[in-house]
Amino acid sequence: MSFDWLVIRSQAISFRIDRRVPIILLCLAVAIAVAMVMNVGRGEYPISPLDIVKTILGLDTGNPDHQFVIQSLRLPRTLVAFMVGMALAISGTIFQGLTRNPLADPGIIGINAGASLAAVTVIILFPSAPIYTLPLSAFAGALLMAILIYSLAWNNGSSPILLILMGVGLSAIASAITSLMITFGEINDVSNALVWLAGSVYGRTWEQVFSLLPWLIVFVPMALTLTRHLNALNLGDDVAKSLGSQVEWQRGLLVLVGVALAGAGVATAGNIGFIGLIAPHLGRQLVGGTHEGLIPTSALLGGVIVVMADLLGRTLFAPIEFPCGVVTAAIGAPYFLYLLIRNRKK
Amino acid sequence: MIKATTLSPRELKKPPITAFFGLILGLCMLLICLVYSVTLGAAEIPLGKILTSFLAFDGSYDHLVIQTVRLPRSLIAILVGSSLAVSGALMQGLTRNPLADPGILGIESGAALFVVVATFIFGSSSLNVYALAAFLGAGVIAVLVYILGSLGRGGATPLNLTVAGAALTALISSFTTGILIVSQQTLEQVRFWLAGSLSGRDFNLFLQLLPFVGIGLVVAFALGRQITTMSLGEDVAKGLGQQTAWIKIFTAISVVLLAGSSVALAGPIGFIGLVVPHIVRFYIKADYRWILPYCAVLGAILLLIADIAARVLLKPQELPVGVMTAIVGAPFFVYLAKSKVKK
Repeated sequence: MSFDWLVIRSQAISFRIDRRVPIILLCLAVAIAVAMVMNVGRGEYPISPLDIVKTILGLDTGNPDHQFVIQSLRLPRTLVAFMVGMALAISGTIFQGLTRNPLADPGIIGINAGASLAAVTVIILFPSAPIYTLPLSAFAGALLMAILIYSLAWNNGSSPILLILMGVGLSAIASAITSLMITFGEINDVSNALVWLAGSVYGRTWEQVFSLLPWLIVFVPMALTLTRHLNALNLGDDVAKSLGSQVEWQRGLLVLVGVALAGAGVATAGNIGFIGLIAPHLGRQLVGGTHEGLIPTSALLGGVIVVMADLLGRTLFAPIEFPCGVVTAAIGAPYFLYLLIRNRKK
Repeated sequence: MIKATTLSPRELKKPPITAFFGLILGLCMLLICLVYSVTLGAAEIPLGKILTSFLAFDGSYDHLVIQTVRLPRSLIAILVGSSLAVSGALMQGLTRNPLADPGILGIESGAALFVVVATFIFGSSSLNVYALAAFLGAGVIAVLVYILGSLGRGGATPLNLTVAGAALTALISSFTTGILIVSQQTLEQVRFWLAGSLSGRDFNLFLQLLPFVGIGLVVAFALGRQITTMSLGEDVAKGLGQQTAWIKIFTAISVVLLAGSSVALAGPIGFIGLVVPHIVRFYIKADYRWILPYCAVLGAILLLIADIAARVLLKPQELPVGVMTAIVGAPFFVYLAKSKVKK
C-alpha cells in the first residue's frame, strides 16, 4: 500500500494523501489557466491568447484597448467565477462529508435559498442600496438559514437526514417569500433580482474580487485543517466518537466553514447551483474519498467548471447572455440523475 | 426510517356512523366558508343578495360581481383545495412518504416551467393556455420525479423522492428564471400566476377542468381500500393478493389528473397537499376509504380560508394565496420531518 500514498510528516503536521493528488492538481492548474485565458479571450472583442498573457504580465501588445478590456472587464469577471466555483465546491464537499449523503449540496439543502431571499429583499425593497450591502445581506441570510436548519435538525445530536429535510422545508418558506417580492416589486428591480437569482458573474469587477478574497483566505485553510475530522465524521457518528472525536463541536465548526464559503459564493455571484454537487463527485473519481486530497481537487474542479459555464453562457447564444447558473444547472441535473442510478448499483 | 402506520382490526371496523357524521359536519362548514367567501371582498355584499342573485337575477352590480367574480373564484378554490389534498393523500399513502406533496415533489415547478415557456413562445396571457401548459408540465415532471426518485438506493424512499424533487426543482426553476431574464414581457405577464393565485378565474376555466378533477376524484375514492393496503407496504399488499402494479398505475393517473388540474387552475399552491392528509389522519387513522373524502372536504375548506385571508389581510392589495399556504404549511413540514422521519 505504501506505493499508493504520499505520507508527509514534519514536527507540526503529518498527513497522507493519495499518490495521484499532486499530479492531478497540476493538471487541473493547467486546465484552469487554459480555461481562464479562453474566457478572457472570447467575446464581442476577441483577443489572442498571446496578447492576453502579455497584457496580464504588463507587457505592451501594441493595442491600448487590450489593457482596458482585459484588466477592467474580463479578468475580474473570470477571477470571480473561479473563486466562487472554489468556494461552492469546498462547501459542497464539506456538506456531503457531513451528511454522508452524496446528493447534498448547499443549494439543495436550502442555504442558497436563505441567501437569495435576503439579497432579493434588498434589491427590491431598497433598490438604491449600495452594491456592497448585497454580499453582506446574502451572507447574513445564509447564516441565519444554516442556524435555523442546524438547530431544527437537532435531535439528541444533529441528524444528517434531518439536515437535508429541514433544508427542503425551510427553503420552501424562503422561496415563497421570495416569490412574494417578485410579484409585487417594481418590474425592473425584479428583472435585476432574477439575474442575480439565476447565478451570474455578469459585470463583476475588482470590487467583488477583493470582497470575496478575505473569505477564501480565512476559510479555505480552515477547511483544509479540518479535513481529518471530516474523514472521521464521514464514517458515522459512532465510529467518529470511538475514534475520540468530539462529534458535535467538530460538526458545528465544519458547518460554519461550509456556510461561510457557500454564503460568500452566493453573495458574490448569486445562486449558481449544482457546483457543490458535481465538483466533489468528479473529485472523488479522480483522487478517492480521503478529504485531504479531495478538498483541494474539488475546489479546483469547481473553479474550472464555473469559468467554463460562464464562457458557454456568454458565447453559446450570443448576443443573448445566459447566466452561468443556468448552464451549471443544465449540466448538473443530468449528472444528478447519473449519480442516483450509480448509487443504486452499489 | 419511517414509523409504519399500524392498523388494528378495531380501527378498520370503526363505526362508519361517526365518520359519516363528521363528513356531513365538514360539508356544512364548507358551505359556511363558501358563503363567507362570496360576501367578502373589495365590495362587501350582504348575505341576502347571494340568494337573490340566483332566484331573481336583476343584472345589478352586486349580482354581477357574485355571478362572474366571487362565485367562480370560490368554486375554483374548492376544486383546487380538494384536488391538492386528495392527490397529496394518494402520494403519501402509496409511497409511504409522509412528506409527499405536489409542491415538494417538484410537480408545481414543472407546471411553472411549461407555463413560462408557453407564454414566451406564444406570447399569450390567456388563462386557458396557462391551464393546458401547466397540466402538461405537471404530468411530465410527476413521472420524471418518480422515476428519478425510485432509481436511488432503496427505491422510492421519502428521502430519495424528496431529494429528487428538490434537485429537479432547482434545475427547472433555473430554466424558468433563465427565460424570465431574457424576456421581461413574459415576466410581467406570468409573475402573479407564478406565486399561485385564484384571482381572475372564470366559470369557463372551472367548467373545462371540472371533468378532469371529477374523474381524478372518482378514481381516487374507488382506490380507497387498495391504498389502505398499499400503505402497509408493498410486500403486505402483494401478500394479500393485491395487483400492486395496477394500483400504482391508477393512483398515478389520479394524482396527475388532480395535481395537474389544480396547478392549471390556480398556479403553484404548495403545502395543502402535505398538511391536509396529516390533519385528517389525526382523526381517521388508516382507512383511506374515509381519509380521501375527508381530505377533499378539509382541503377545500382550508384553501377557501387561505384565499379569504389573502384577500382581506392587505386590503385593497391582494396576496397570492400560494404565499399564504407556504408560510403556514412549511413550518408544518418541518414539524412532520422531525416527528415522522427517524434517523
